[in-house]
Amino acid sequence: MALSQSLLKQGKALADAQNQLTYLSNGIFKSELPSFRDRIKQCGVNQLYPKTLEILQVNLGYMCNQVCAHCHVDAGPDRKEIMTKETMQSCLNVIRQSGAHTLDLTGGAPEMNPNFRWFVEEASKVGIQDFIVRSNLTIIMANKSFNDLPDFFKTHNIHVVSSMPHWTRGKTDTQRGDGVFDKSIKALQMLNDVGYGMPESPLRLDLVYNPSGAFLPGDQMALEQDFKQALLTDFSVHFHHLFAITNLPISRFLDYLIASGNYEDYMYNLVEAFNPSALENVMCTNTLSVGWDGYLYDCDFNQMLHLKIGSSSNHISNFNLEALQKRAIAVSQHCYGCTAGAGSSCQGSVT
Amino acid sequence: MYCIIFPIFRNFKPKTTGHYQQQILILMQETYYDPKDLKKFGKISEWNEALGDKFFEYYNKVFEAGALSPREKSLIALAVAHTIQCPYCIDAYTGDGLQRGITKEEMMEALHVAGAIRGGATMVHGVQMMNKYNKLSM
Repeated sequence: MALSQSLLKQGKALADAQNQLTYLSNGIFKSELPSFRDRIKQCGVNQLYPKTLEILQVNLGYMCNQVCAHCHVDAGPDRKEIMTKETMQSCLNVIRQSGAHTLDLTGGAPEMNPNFRWFVEEASKVGIQDFIVRSNLTIIMANKSFNDLPDFFKTHNIHVVSSMPHWTRGKTDTQRGDGVFDKSIKALQMLNDVGYGMPESPLRLDLVYNPSGAFLPGDQMALEQDFKQALLTDFSVHFHHLFAITNLPISRFLDYLIASGNYEDYMYNLVEAFNPSALENVMCTNTLSVGWDGYLYDCDFNQMLHLKIGSSSNHISNFNLEALQKRAIAVSQHCYGCTAGAGSSCQGSVT
Repeated sequence: MYCIIFPIFRNFKPKTTGHYQQQILILMQETYYDPKDLKKFGKISEWNEALGDKFFEYYNKVFEAGALSPREKSLIALAVAHTIQCPYCIDAYTGDGLQRGITKEEMMEALHVAGAIRGGATMVHGVQMMNKYNKLSM
């Protein structure tokens, strides 16, 4: 199932965001299932509006050393879209004034952006409460120039959040590529060696779990216990928390769902698992996503679907929090992924 | 074009591909089990709400954490599902196991437990056969 090229490079129709949105709005959503907008209306919610901005998530680019089968970014070595230093400078200006307590750097592999270290050094001077870097782990092992990343993260008190779909080699490599599991374990041990993820350590290391197939994540706490026990017993690896994240039906995961004949059942499961309490806490109500080109989005998923933000302040260079707070959040059927079961966000479940 | 998958179609000569697909559809509609029916499980309460509700309350309680973990219960359910050969239950508890991070090795071992007990149940009756044989024989 592991891939070697992005959908874009392969010239697949689903590389196009509009084609994805069209697919998600037709078929079973024309006949059998309610659209997300209609479903939230049943809960008395006509529009989703933002609450206090807490998290600024910045996508430093779609370039990545891996080509994961479920990637909602369609990231990979063949993607060249990365954030310029000028846009990073605009982000720094916003970070200083936005009041958000969390800065969350993601990608692709954010470390592959040549200005990544400069940006982290400058952003860490702002004194933000929680400074996250989403690291795919294998980048630390990719070549010698990245081997010192654990020390770099430690110097800047970065909160490292890393992906790990299972505690077994087979399931991890199927989703993320051959050899990824062994490299990830080695990288986790290197992070542990400098203090990351150790019990009582202030250097935070959390793992992200995405199901490796057409099923929803189970209970986050139970999975965390199983991960902790297996990784400690088998590899002496420590980490703090596990975030269980639902795969949203977009990009490569949508392509996989359709190709494997699982699309309809998966969407049924998401709709059936709709949880009004999760709707109250969806991440688009406290997060803003900044694309590699500086455009603003309600979340990272809307960014990938090119669902532009509903505000005149639509770019990091014309950031206006007051205007942004008045916007209505753009939704489509993929949003069912964030409201299923215990809910899902980049910080894990939301209920 | 002759169908080798369904013996019932061995002498069936379709005129067009559409004709062939139509016959396949008819055959599929005539099977007893439809995977979509699993989603309708809750509807059994519509014809007897009191007992249906009690059943589902009991069912859900059974799978809560107790002396056994929900993970262990899921594996037992999977093994039993195969023993009673319930396709709905097999679908449901394979999916449930995946959600809980249960590996395919664990799932298959659980099935071998079911298979061993099922096979054992056949073989242990061999003692009855031997008793009877010995009694009737000189």
